[in-house]
Amino acid sequence: MLHIKDVHARVEEKDILKGISLNVNAGEVHAIMGPNGSGKSTLASVISGKEEFELTQGEITLNSEDITELDPEERAHKGIFLSFQYPIEIPGVSVTNFIKTAINENRKAKGLEDMPASDMLKMIREKADLLEIDRKFLSRSLNEGFSGGEKKRNEIFQMAMLEPKLAILDETDSGLDIDALKVVANGVNKLKAKDNAVIVITHYQRLLDYIVPDFVHVLMDGKIVKSGTKELAYELEEKGYDWIKEELVK
Amino acid sequence: MSLKEKLQSSYIAFEDHLEADSPLHDLRTAAMKSFEDQGFPSKKDEAWKYTSLNSLLKVDYSVFPNGENAIELKDVKKYFLHEIDTYKLVFIDGVYSSFLSETTHDTIDVCLMSSALNKAKYKPIIETYFNKVATKESLTSLNTAFTKEGAYIRIPKHKEAQKPIEIINFSTGNEAATLLQPRNLIVVEENAHVQIIERHQSLSKNAVLTNSVTEIFAEKRANVDYYKIQNDKENASLIDSTYVSQERDSICSVHTFSFGGKLTRNNLNFRQLGEGCDSILNGVTIIEGKQHVDHNTLVHHIAENCESHQDYKGIFDESSTGVFNGKVYVEKDAQKLDAFQQNNNILISDKATINAKPQLEIFADDVRCSHGCTIGQLDEEALFYLRSRGIAMKEARALLMYAFANTVLESVKIPELKTRINKLIANKIGVNLGFQV
Repeated sequence: MLHIKDVHARVEEKDILKGISLNVNAGEVHAIMGPNGSGKSTLASVISGKEEFELTQGEITLNSEDITELDPEERAHKGIFLSFQYPIEIPGVSVTNFIKTAINENRKAKGLEDMPASDMLKMIREKADLLEIDRKFLSRSLNEGFSGGEKKRNEIFQMAMLEPKLAILDETDSGLDIDALKVVANGVNKLKAKDNAVIVITHYQRLLDYIVPDFVHVLMDGKIVKSGTKELAYELEEKGYDWIKEELVK
Repeated sequence: MSLKEKLQSSYIAFEDHLEADSPLHDLRTAAMKSFEDQGFPSKKDEAWKYTSLNSLLKVDYSVFPNGENAIELKDVKKYFLHEIDTYKLVFIDGVYSSFLSETTHDTIDVCLMSSALNKAKYKPIIETYFNKVATKESLTSLNTAFTKEGAYIRIPKHKEAQKPIEIINFSTGNEAATLLQPRNLIVVEENAHVQIIERHQSLSKNAVLTNSVTEIFAEKRANVDYYKIQNDKENASLIDSTYVSQERDSICSVHTFSFGGKLTRNNLNFRQLGEGCDSILNGVTIIEGKQHVDHNTLVHHIAENCESHQDYKGIFDESSTGVFNGKVYVEKDAQKLDAFQQNNNILISDKATINAKPQLEIFADDVRCSHGCTIGQLDEEALFYLRSRGIAMKEARALLMYAFANTVLESVKIPELKTRINKLIANKIGVNLGFQV
């Protein structure tokens, strides 16, 4: 589904990604772990098309189509979704109105009519229930005054509504208590299917107890330095990242 | 003949109809002299540095338009807050329209300035309040000299206006360019409460210049909410001077929504005379083309334990220009003050201009005064967030502008008005949102 080959990216003259290759197939869950500043969020931004990052080398394809020249919205239309580490507050635009706008913009891009209001309402209710979101919450201004947990839950709610092919969860576990974490992970698991894939970016192994990865990659200084199965995550949790550094030096 | 000369000769004709022995006569004569001495403001005046009236003053205005221009309700219904029941004071080319209005004398007075000026029973009111908080600034003086018609509203002690009051000034432009000078007097007595919506609307292509003056008196514990909707046509210019006098523990808010018109100047002048006053000055400006909106605010803090809050947001597209000149003046006895002023602007085009000048003059030593002023573009991070959800650039920008302007709406207390302004903003910016929550 997603093929990343030897990707180098920079921001403001600073090289951040220094040759990343990654293949994600439909039905898979990949975890990307690594210390602060290793380039995890940059990788997420580069896949989603954030313009301040300059791709200096390499290629990214989604279902065999080169997406490196596409705008963020075009990538979204092709099924890429990024759950933000720090979701943005939009006063005056309710969660419901926002998601309606997003859904209909996606449909417009595919040449479809707006979703009928009754279908939209039904879907909103269904997905809100899935994530144990209170109906009242849906009429609040997007992310405004939301707690950390509410923001993250709302990100996954948007994911549930948009039904992406490839979801990237950037530090979705940060700021969540264990109950909220379970709800969010449960939501993600229910959305998992044979034809979609998830990339989970996290510092900690904790989230991976609930969203179980097929593969774990360690990102350090802009490169994937080690890949393995979920056992690698436990090893990292136990020993930290230093042993990998030492291993690399050898 | 210059406009000033024309006004001078018109004044002589106008004065002929007035009783020479009334106290108002002296007041008008003094006001006319004050205008004559000062003339129209020019860019040399500090307060008018960024707003030029030159092109407006070259127009040959009809100073006393023919007052027999009828308009059909169906043609103007959209300018009223027709979703709810309101009192209405409607003026067509400066002349009261009884047909379109709904006045009352039941407990409260919602009626005409001409009645207040001419009827004996209102004499004490006029003597106590008329021209008492308005300054001698030249355009205000000009308005005082020519005062003839406008709204007169009085809410007696402990009473509340049961529905909002709309003041609407239509100009038909049936006889070329028109100069209008409405004059409003609003007296809200002890513990009384009123909500007022004011609008100026041109109905033709001909130029109209409105020089409006409003005096508001909020007595002890009075509560006044005043909303100005400025969404006029391209040919209409407005100079609005609103003077507010506040007594102890009164709360007064003025919201100004400027979305249209050629040139709009808002002089908003608050005087806090008693302890515990709260003044709220909010504004949203969204303009494009060659439109110009100038907010000139002054909050004069005289007494202790008061508050003032100013929040002005502006979005400027194409070659539009904006001015924010906000002054907070704190006298030495105005201790324990909490004054806050915020002015945020977004320039959408390279050709748009904003001149912002916040000023604090503080002579008291135990006060909290803060101000913030920003001029910028839309937040790139927020744009990326929206676009990553599949929302195209244009729509994403519009949503962010809508969100930016929207924060000021929180404090609008009439729900139907809030919805209306919400829609105006969405329309103006071009966002497509259903408003059911």
